[in-house]
Amino acid sequence: MSNLLAYIHAVETASSASALREAVIQLAQQKDTAAIPTLIAVLGYNNPAAAQAAVEGLIALGDAVVEPLLAQLDGYNYGARAYGVRVLGSIGHPAALRVLLAAAQSDFAPSVRRAATKALGTLRWQLIPEETAREAQLREALTVLQRNSEAADWAVRYAVGVALDHLYQQAAARALREAVCSLLKHLGDRDPDIVVRSRCQLALQRDYLSMHI
Amino acid sequence: MTAVSEPVQLTVPQMLAQLQGTDPGLRYYAAWWLGKFGLETATAAERQAIVNALIGALADEADRTELGGYPLRRNAARALGRLGDRQAVPALIECLHCEDFYVREAAAIALGQLGDPRAIAPLQALLEGGVAMARPVPGRPHLVQPVEAVMESLGHLGATEAIPLIEPFLTHEMPRVQLATARALFQLTGAAEYGDRLLAALESEDVQLRRTALLDLGAMGYLPAAEAILQAGVEASFKLIALHGILSKQLHQAAPAEQTLSLFQGLDQLL
Repeated sequence: MSNLLAYIHAVETASSASALREAVIQLAQQKDTAAIPTLIAVLGYNNPAAAQAAVEGLIALGDAVVEPLLAQLDGYNYGARAYGVRVLGSIGHPAALRVLLAAAQSDFAPSVRRAATKALGTLRWQLIPEETAREAQLREALTVLQRNSEAADWAVRYAVGVALDHLYQQAAARALREAVCSLLKHLGDRDPDIVVRSRCQLALQRDYLSMHI
Repeated sequence: MTAVSEPVQLTVPQMLAQLQGTDPGLRYYAAWWLGKFGLETATAAERQAIVNALIGALADEADRTELGGYPLRRNAARALGRLGDRQAVPALIECLHCEDFYVREAAAIALGQLGDPRAIAPLQALLEGGVAMARPVPGRPHLVQPVEAVMESLGHLGATEAIPLIEPFLTHEMPRVQLATARALFQLTGAAEYGDRLLAALESEDVQLRRTALLDLGAMGYLPAAEAILQAGVEASFKLIALHGILSKQLHQAAPAEQTLSLFQGLDQLL
């Protein structure tokens, strides 16, 4: 622990952007849950390289990060919130579902909306064991994805495609498979942006490949 | 409430009247509004009236800054570029001689947007004198001529005859001008040496320059830059836009799937 305090101190007293990044990498390498508050704080330092290192460190620590991160996500600057939402999406614990649904729908920052939108697909839905509850929550997520599939920002619509691709591949989301498939087809045919269209087509083709190999 | 909302309550006739009124602030705003929202709601007759009024505003004498600038003319030129009506071309060409640098710059950009080859020779004239001419104006944050905007528009216009005039600007002392030159030359020639110059700028110490180069490479759809764009020290939102540009071009050219798959993976990770 005293050793960890030295690593935390190095992060808190780093005097340059590159020293900060280096200190964050060192702290993250300790893989110690006691580093979580410091790593979360780094997300708000407005230093992209250090924040990226903190994101990776937090993701590596897994589920233990979810509760403290959810508790500190409010009142954050939007840059930090976008990093935080990316961490939540990568860890994929459904405890983050409420926060992610709200962020995907109404966060004012596009970077947060698209990260949260993608996260709705990468949640580990199998962690909601009770099928009726899981299906109800999946439907809520799908409703938000449907709404965001009409967003003006192509990147939010692209994030919808990515989320749908993940849902399509998850056995735990099988109950929604037809609805997911039809939204992917719709976007693959009709989205005004060629990149969004092609991403959705790719999701459907992958399925085609896995069925025929 | 401090929320910013779309000015939905404003109408084209209102804004047209405001543009032709006497209050300089309101006229300036109306020119911007008509360029931004005018086409959405205008009837064909209104559209013609908008273009006429904006062309008229290009010759405005009433709205002057202390330094002699013409703010209304600047906004009118920008609006005409957005509206895409080639009736504005002769008046915009006139503006290339305006004493206000920012009017010349706005007109140069608008002429590139309108895509009319009549603009090529007058735009080229602004590059006459080459690098020696394109010095900073003492006490102002700009050069003698808006050479970056001019080169960009000549690139959009496909003006290959301008290549000999443009090429020397690769040696201009300002890195920003060098980048604009490389981008225009890439557009006009497709030669990798120019794309690679922008690629090298992704390593620049100056974050503003890195962002500019990154967005340029994306707009050019320069595939060899994809990996470097992902690794560049620039915010993810810039990388998304740039990678989207490259991927769009690949998809429009029906590139093979194995070439685009890694680009999709890159975009997925940037979300």
